[in-house]
Amino acid sequence: MAGQIGVTLLNFVRLLRRAGLPVGPAHALAAVEAAAAVGPDRREDLYWALHATLVRKREETAIFDQAFHLFWRNPRLLEKMMGLLLPNLQLEGGGTPPPDLAARLAEAFSHQPPRETETTPDEREEISASLSASTQEDLRPRDFETMTLAELDAAKAAMTRLRLSFPPTRSRRMRRDPRGGRFDGRATLRAAARSGGDLLLPKFTRRRWQPTPIVVLCDISGSMERYARVLLHFVHGLSQDHDRVSAFVFGTRLTNITRALQHRDVDEAVTAAAHSVVDWSGGTRIGAALERFNKDWARRVLGRGAIVLLITDGLERDDPGLLAAEAARLRRSCRWLIWLNPLLRYEGFAPRAQGVRALLPNTDEMRPVHSLDSLAALADALTRPIPTRR
Amino acid sequence: MTSPTPLPSSVDDALAFLTDQSYVADRALATVLFLALRLGRPLLLEGEAGVGKTEIAKVLAAGLGRRLIRLQCYDGLDLGSAFYEWNYPKQLLAIRQAEALGDAPTLYSEAFLIRRPLLEALSPQPGGAPVLLIDELDRADEPFEAFLLELLSDFQATIPELGTLRAPEPPLVIVTSNRTREIHDALKRRCLYHWVDYPSAEREIAILRAKAGGIAEALAAQIVGFVQRLRGLDLFKSPGVAETLDWAQALVQLDAIALTPEVIDQTLGVLLKYQDDIARLRGSEAMRLLTDLQAELSQKPLGR
Repeated sequence: MAGQIGVTLLNFVRLLRRAGLPVGPAHALAAVEAAAAVGPDRREDLYWALHATLVRKREETAIFDQAFHLFWRNPRLLEKMMGLLLPNLQLEGGGTPPPDLAARLAEAFSHQPPRETETTPDEREEISASLSASTQEDLRPRDFETMTLAELDAAKAAMTRLRLSFPPTRSRRMRRDPRGGRFDGRATLRAAARSGGDLLLPKFTRRRWQPTPIVVLCDISGSMERYARVLLHFVHGLSQDHDRVSAFVFGTRLTNITRALQHRDVDEAVTAAAHSVVDWSGGTRIGAALERFNKDWARRVLGRGAIVLLITDGLERDDPGLLAAEAARLRRSCRWLIWLNPLLRYEGFAPRAQGVRALLPNTDEMRPVHSLDSLAALADALTRPIPTRR
Repeated sequence: MTSPTPLPSSVDDALAFLTDQSYVADRALATVLFLALRLGRPLLLEGEAGVGKTEIAKVLAAGLGRRLIRLQCYDGLDLGSAFYEWNYPKQLLAIRQAEALGDAPTLYSEAFLIRRPLLEALSPQPGGAPVLLIDELDRADEPFEAFLLELLSDFQATIPELGTLRAPEPPLVIVTSNRTREIHDALKRRCLYHWVDYPSAEREIAILRAKAGGIAEALAAQIVGFVQRLRGLDLFKSPGVAETLDWAQALVQLDAIALTPEVIDQTLGVLLKYQDDIARLRGSEAMRLLTDLQAELSQKPLGR
């Protein structure tokens, strides 16, 4: 059972995940076990075995049903044709599916890595190894750009678990604190009343702390293509973890993807975000995008001491003067502007490009974001208190 | 309780009511205002700064002869300053006094209560229920919004020591927001919503006539035409109606009878509040707008 069928099952699970079902490795393992238990003879048995292990909600049945019939009609044939023939594939039974379901599935299929029918044992080993947790350590210093798709998957998973603990911001609200600095008359009197007015012990309050608002501006232009999807996973993790995260992506125009990222499921969220963007992998106009942000959004999302993470390689095709001016304005309207630059992976990175030179003096710090290691370093750096600007 | 001035009974009535108060409104605004008054629902007004959101509450209060109670929101606004507070020094004195006399003090009664705007708004007022203006709600933080939910849906609120207070007659509530952040859906659900936009040229000229009396028609048309053109540019902060009025005032003070590039240069700071915008407009750009405007005005005068 562990052989070819196992790999095929894994592919099926990944297809489901890409279609937005929250199926994890545990589900996959259970599915493999269940499939082994019912045996490969009857398709119907397999269907219900997989259904029992992979579906957790009533709404998910429809997607599962479609995926199953598409995928298991002839798995080997399908593997051959994956990504090529899909737009032409008809559903079994001729029924027209609800359009969005089909679109999601079609997309999930087209994202499948093109794989040969005969996977060599070595390759299979590599795939399964990279999916297991134990090898994640090896991935850490690796550049996202050089990873295989399977490794990227593992990296994405690790990234979702990465915790960034931004230092909280002092609120203007107060909370009770016996050692606080401000006298709380209301609490004092209430306590006194409880004891009949005999005992007057002063109560105190101090300022509350609240989560720091975070704003992410992520470049998704052509030069950032390889990083953008992975980094979106990172941003998703961030917005699941923190209350106040606003996320924007930009290439030639600026798109707010905050709502899209609120899906619990990573893949669903990233897909939804990608759907709302019209300019994936197009040109870059960083200055113009920042200008739009400054005009339309800065006053709405940068209140209360927000930290801005600007993720870009700084390769500007437009006027660097505009970029410098807009970056300076952005910096003035937030508490701390961090530029995350994947190009820092090169040892001899020098700020030679015009855009980089325009951006650099107008940010508070620049950090690398090309590998899990650099993200971990970022996580460390962001637990320290935010410095004050001079 | 009947109020001396009856509420508008139709949309036309509401429009006439606003015009009487020299508030030049469009029909959309009159409609939502009428609905808010008729249904007894709070009215949430959003829009750019300076388009006259706060003014509506003032006009409403003045026109209906009600009391205007204004709660200006700010970051860190808490119940103590929005709703009620106990008078602690007075309570402490009462305790001392009770000790001396050997009484049991009554610490929680009306006598020790300090009323803040929201509590005032729930209390009966002479002349009928007051107009409660909750100004710039987006500046208060989310926890405060949550408190407003009960107040805005049932017009009641609770003081733990005294119990739940209910307004005998619901106040007329206007909530404004500049959208520096989104108001929570739960709160929006309880309100009627209206986006207050910049006025059209005709309406803005009417506003100028109503508010800056005695301004020459030709100058008014030029001022409004210029400001409207500014709003068409991609500025960091477009001038609102308030800025138009300020500018008209400034030009009258300077004895200007027509717009000239020099006068515009001198007074640009009244209209635009960001250095980038001013730098962009100063000189040739303002000149270009003005020439454009003059060409158009000679063809077809505005506001006729």
